[in-house]
Parts: sequence; structure tokens; C-alpha cells
Amino acid sequence: MSDTSATGPVLAADGTPLKRSLARALRVQKTRALMLIAPLLVFVLISFIVPILNMLLRSVDNDIVADTLPLTVEAVAGWDASTGELPGEPVFAALAQDMIVAVAAKNHTKLGTRLNYEQTGLSSLFRKSGRAIKKWDAETVGPFKEQFLDLHDGWGRIEVWETIQTHSRRVTPGYFLNAVDMQLTPEGAQSQPENKQILIKLFWRTIWMSLMITTTCILLAYPVAYLLANLPMRKANVLMILVLLPFWTSLLVRTSAWKVMLQQQGVINDVLVWIGLVADDGRLVMINNQTGTIVAMTHILLPFMILPMYSVMQTIPQTYVRAAKSLGATNWTAFWRVYFPQSVPGIGAGSILVFILSIGYYITPEIVGGTKGVFISNRIAYHISSSLNWGLAAALGAILLVVVLGLYWCYDKIVGIDNVKLG
Amino acid sequence: MASTDSNGAFVEFDRVQKSYDGETLVVKDLNLSLPRGEFLTMLGPSGSGKTTCLMMLAGFETATHGDIRLGGVSINNIPPHKRGIGMVFQNYALFPHMTVAENLSFPLEVRKMGKSEREAKVKRALEMVQMGEFGGRRPAQLSGGQQQRIALARALVFEAELVLMDEPLGALDKQLRERMQFEIKHIADNLGITVVYVTHDQTEALTMSDRVAVFEDGRIQQLAPPDELYEKPQNSFVAQFIGENNTLMGTVTKMEGGIAEVTLDDGEVIDTVPVNVNAVGERTLVSIRPERVEFNKDRLHPDAHTIKAEVLEFIYMGDIYRTRLSVAGNDDFVVKTRNAPDQPRLKPGEMLEIGWRAEDCRALDA
Repeated sequence: MSDTSATGPVLAADGTPLKRSLARALRVQKTRALMLIAPLLVFVLISFIVPILNMLLRSVDNDIVADTLPLTVEAVAGWDASTGELPGEPVFAALAQDMIVAVAAKNHTKLGTRLNYEQTGLSSLFRKSGRAIKKWDAETVGPFKEQFLDLHDGWGRIEVWETIQTHSRRVTPGYFLNAVDMQLTPEGAQSQPENKQILIKLFWRTIWMSLMITTTCILLAYPVAYLLANLPMRKANVLMILVLLPFWTSLLVRTSAWKVMLQQQGVINDVLVWIGLVADDGRLVMINNQTGTIVAMTHILLPFMILPMYSVMQTIPQTYVRAAKSLGATNWTAFWRVYFPQSVPGIGAGSILVFILSIGYYITPEIVGGTKGVFISNRIAYHISSSLNWGLAAALGAILLVVVLGLYWCYDKIVGIDNVKLG
Repeated sequence: MASTDSNGAFVEFDRVQKSYDGETLVVKDLNLSLPRGEFLTMLGPSGSGKTTCLMMLAGFETATHGDIRLGGVSINNIPPHKRGIGMVFQNYALFPHMTVAENLSFPLEVRKMGKSEREAKVKRALEMVQMGEFGGRRPAQLSGGQQQRIALARALVFEAELVLMDEPLGALDKQLRERMQFEIKHIADNLGITVVYVTHDQTEALTMSDRVAVFEDGRIQQLAPPDELYEKPQNSFVAQFIGENNTLMGTVTKMEGGIAEVTLDDGEVIDTVPVNVNAVGERTLVSIRPERVEFNKDRLHPDAHTIKAEVLEFIYMGDIYRTRLSVAGNDDFVVKTRNAPDQPRLKPGEMLEIGWRAEDCRALDA
């Protein structure tokens, strides 16, 4: 066979290049494999990948200003705010034309909401102006500057025009700046005022608490997984059912149960008072704070730590520990030097799973977290469903995604993802 | 380790019993003692209790009853890591997260040995098994035979006087296994260590051991040097378990002068050596080794007993011919002959007379 490499590509029996015949032979196999996964692929594409991309786009998307006020945006582009003067009559004329169209289509309130994220008061400015402009029609004549200034003082403020000018671009970094406690101003990116800086803190808190939860999960799960892997079959099965039991109970029920347990008039406090460890007026605050979130989430995520650990420990034969002991190691040395290093891939797998799950957790912190124990995901949910600032929500989500991917990458560099085993 | 006690035994099992469930005994009344430097093999089918005995000696199982003594000291209550017994496991049990050198250094580290001394000992142990260059490798990068050598070196590196081996060659292919058998034997002889070796492979047991203990049903059926075990089996289990064996069923009809006369089931009367038959009228299983049967009249011993046989099958096996005969109603009577130039090849259907000497013919329990 060695001479074929010198004369050119290896040929199959019928003279076609071997690579091509191989590809042809494998094509049928590949097609069939593709067809088998096609339903899932389509489902994932529609329900997972497309929405994610959509949300990622929303985090930089800023069409609304340019779409609602097209003429104004064009006219105000040449205005220089540093002169300290309001824009001229042409800009107001353009604004009048745009607003008449926008009010007819009822788009002006949405624009007001959008611009209100950047500067409070703009929402009411647009709403109030809209009511008056409804009475206007194409015959209404200028000069518009005075009419607008009569309508609402807001139009006479330089900052309002600066905001419109700054946010007229179709793609904006504004949401991402907001997500890291900064804002886009005419002078560029600047920090938010102190009292509005909460998101960075929330990010750190989310990461910190996720680490705490992962750590407590490791500490609690390791002995259980060890027992599971080393008990005789029948006892291990019973234990396994106990581990899996939480999976069969609704998440909401489990979290609510913790509420009953942890609250100041709850089971744990009652018992502590009854024993006399805690005075009746000194009941512990264990809920609506970080403690509550960590306790409840550790419980909920524990199976995700136990199972990967268990599946790795199951593959470690007892003979290793026996060998270590026969070589003179004490029980502890045998465990620490021989058993533990081999179980590390399980800890790694469980930690990644628990950490990633907890960093984006929502329900449990919402119920038992109060204000001090909430995660960044609760803020995202707030912006999605209450403040309707989807752009900011999308930016927060995108940052969370990048953080998780970044941590994953670090883990791969430090531990090596090949060392992670799920079974 | 304390020195050998007064009666010369280094390792001693004294009336040892073991039960896992409290209902059945896995090891029944085991008594065994071996002197320093002996290579003893525990041979038996799976479930015969041989591995349990080894594990009790290593300290991973506790004896339900009885005493295990090492150098005259009872070790029943000494945990495994204080027994100082080297052990080679079936699947080698090399620590996968350590290099070969780290594996070997492990028993020295836990003995708090200094670094330079450790390195010297590891180097010497690796050279002993001819693996000097492999110290930096991981066990997964080694072949089965190489892993086996490392496991052996690791069990020897801390200079244990007693080394236990639990089917250490089970995972190797035939050729490598045979080479390792000799190597292990030579190393054990050179170091003068005492070895307790567990296997279910009788060839391994015969080639390596000073003495072999045949286990069955939780008891030692026979404890003897290999040649005695093969040539003078004490009962029918040993006779059939060790090597190939022809059996003929019959009844003892006369006992005198160290000879038992047995009437076979088809009426033929033969002389046998009585091993564990005691009285006339007892049923017996007569055992004859295939290579002790002769059909070449010129080589037949003058006193040999002859009997008619029909050739059923002739199998060419290279170094030997294996001929299956029908003898006294037994269709599985095998004769082995060396593949020599003058050796005839028998044909199926051929009738002939075969013979054997009475002392090769042993009357055992039925």
C-alpha cells in the first residue's frame, strides 16, 4: 500500500478515488441520521434558537425613534446642542408632520415610553402633546415652534432634543450601557447616577450566590453520591428514590414549603424557640433574604449535583481504595489521595450544571428571595413583563449568556471539558 | 513483621470460617499453614471460597470464626493498612490519575519515607520488572502486560514479605500469560518472598507453585506439590479438576495388599490403587490420566492390564494426538500420544487393545 501514496490518491476497486467512494457509501447513512433528528432540529430552531437571536437583536435594536419621527430625526441631525439654543423652525415643522402621522397611528406613546427609559418625563410629554395634536390636521400651519412650546414646556428644554438626537440611530449600545449601570448621553457613555446603579450589584450578587449554592450543593451531595455508589444495590435504590423524589414534586410546591419552614412564625423558628435556643422576640430572619434563596435553591438543585457525581463514582472500582489500603494508606489517605481525585470529574460536571442553572434561576428567588435575595433573572423578568423595557431585558440576558459562556470557557481551560463526565 | 513462630509457619489459618449472610458458610473450617518463602496457589472454580480466603488474609474481609496468624501474631483485628502485605489485584488497580512512578512511590510516601530514598527504591523496583523507562507514563498508556509488571512492582516496592495475588494474569492473552508466569515466579524466588496466589487456571497453578491448595465448596480438597496433585489426586474432584482425566465407574469387589479390585459396570475387572475407598461393595470412580494409557503393544508394561477399545475420533493437535475411545461403556475415554514419527494415527472404527499399569489407576470416591 505504501507505493500508492507516491503515485496519487488511493483508488477503489472500480477506479474512482477511494475518498469519493467512501463519501458516497456514507451519504445514505448520514441522510438517514439527519432525517431522524430533523423533527427535533426544526423544533429547537423555531422554539429556541430563533427566539434567542430575536432577543439578542432587540438588545441593540432602536428603530422606533427613526421610524416614528423620520423627518424630525433627519432635521435635528444638523443641530448643535452646545450652542445652547433650541432647534429652529424646520425641525419643529418636521416634528409636527411626524407627530400627526404618529398620533393617527397611535405610535407616539410607544415612542414616549422608549425615550422615557433615557430621560424621565418624556412619556408624559408625548402623551400630553399627542392629545392636542390629535385635533390638528394637514391644514394646520406654522410656525410650529411656538405651538409646540405652548403645548408643553418640555419641547423648550434642550435636554429633550438632545435625547431625541442621541437616540435617533437605528442601532444603539444604550441598552447594554444601561445593563451595566451606564447611560448613553450626548457626551458619550457615562455612569448612571449613584442611586440608579443596581444592575452591576445584582450581577455580582447573582454570581456570588450561585457560587454559594454550588458550594453547599457539593458539600451536601458528595457524601450522598458516595453512599449511593457504594451501598448494596437494594439500599442504593431506596436512597436513589429519595434523591429523585424532589423531581416528582412541583417546583412551586417545594419552594412554598420552604416558605413555611423558614418564615419567622415558621416550623424552624418555632422549634428553635421551643427548645429555647432562640428568644421569642429574637426569631431568626431566614426568608426574604439571601439565606432563604440559598437554602431553598440548594435543596432544589441538589439532585443535579448528586446524579453526575454518582455516575462518576459508580465507575470507580472498590479495588482502588483496597489497593491503596494494602499499600499502607489509612482510610483517610486512601480516600483523599486515590478516591477523591478520581471523583473530581463528577464534581466538575455537577458544579457546571448547578452553577449554570442557578445563575439564571427565577421562580425560587422570586418567592423566597424578598428584595435582598433576588437574582438578575428577576430583574429581567421585571423588564419583560412590568416595565416592558424589552431592549434592556434582552441586553441583560445577553450579558448573562456571555458570562455563562465565559465561565464555561474558563472551566474548559482550567479543568478541561473532556474531564467532565455525566455518566 | 514478627519472625516465624515455633512450628515454622509464617502464615497460618486456624479453623477459619466465613459467612456473609449468617446462613451459609463460604469458607468451612480452613486450616492452612505455609512457611516463609513458599509460593502457594489457591486453585478452584469460582465461588469455591479461594478469593474470600485471600481477602481475609489481606484484611478486607473479617473471619466469622477462627484465627489468621502472620508470623505467629493473630492479625484478625489489624486493619489492612497495618498488615504490610503487598497485593496484586485482578485488574491491577493502578491509580489512573498518577504516573507509574507516583503509583510506585505511593506506598513509600504513606510510610513517610524521604524523597531521595523513595526515588531510589522506585527506580530499583521498576528495573526489577524491566520497566525502567516507563516511570513518567500514565497507566492508561501501558499495555496489559506492562500494567501487570507495574502492579507487581508496586506490591513489592515497600519490601513486603508476603505478597497476595488475586488472579493477576486473568486479563492477559495466552502467550503473555505464560511469560509472566515465569517472570513472577523468578522474581518471587529471587526476593525470597512468600506468595499466596489465587487462580482458577490449573496450568498456572501447576507451573508456578511450590504447593497448590485446591478449593471446592469452601474447603481445601487437597494441599500438595503440583506433581503429587496431578499424579496422586486425593479425591474425584481434584482428579477431574486438575488436568484431563478418564473415569470409569465400578464397584470394589476385593481389597488386599494395597490393591483394590474393581468390577467395572460392564463386567470387566481391573486392579486399582485404593485412594479413598475403604470397603468391598463401595461404588468407586476409577481415574486414569490420558497420557498413562498405552495402545502400542511394544511399550506396554508386562504387568499392565489390557482392555478392548473402539476408536471414535482422532484429533490432530499439533504436538499431540488426542484419540477418543469407547472403553467399558465410557464414550469419552481419551488417550493422548506424542506426535512422534513412529506414532500411528488411529482411524475411527478401529478396534484395539489398550492397557495401563495398576498404579496409574486410582479408585476414588464415586
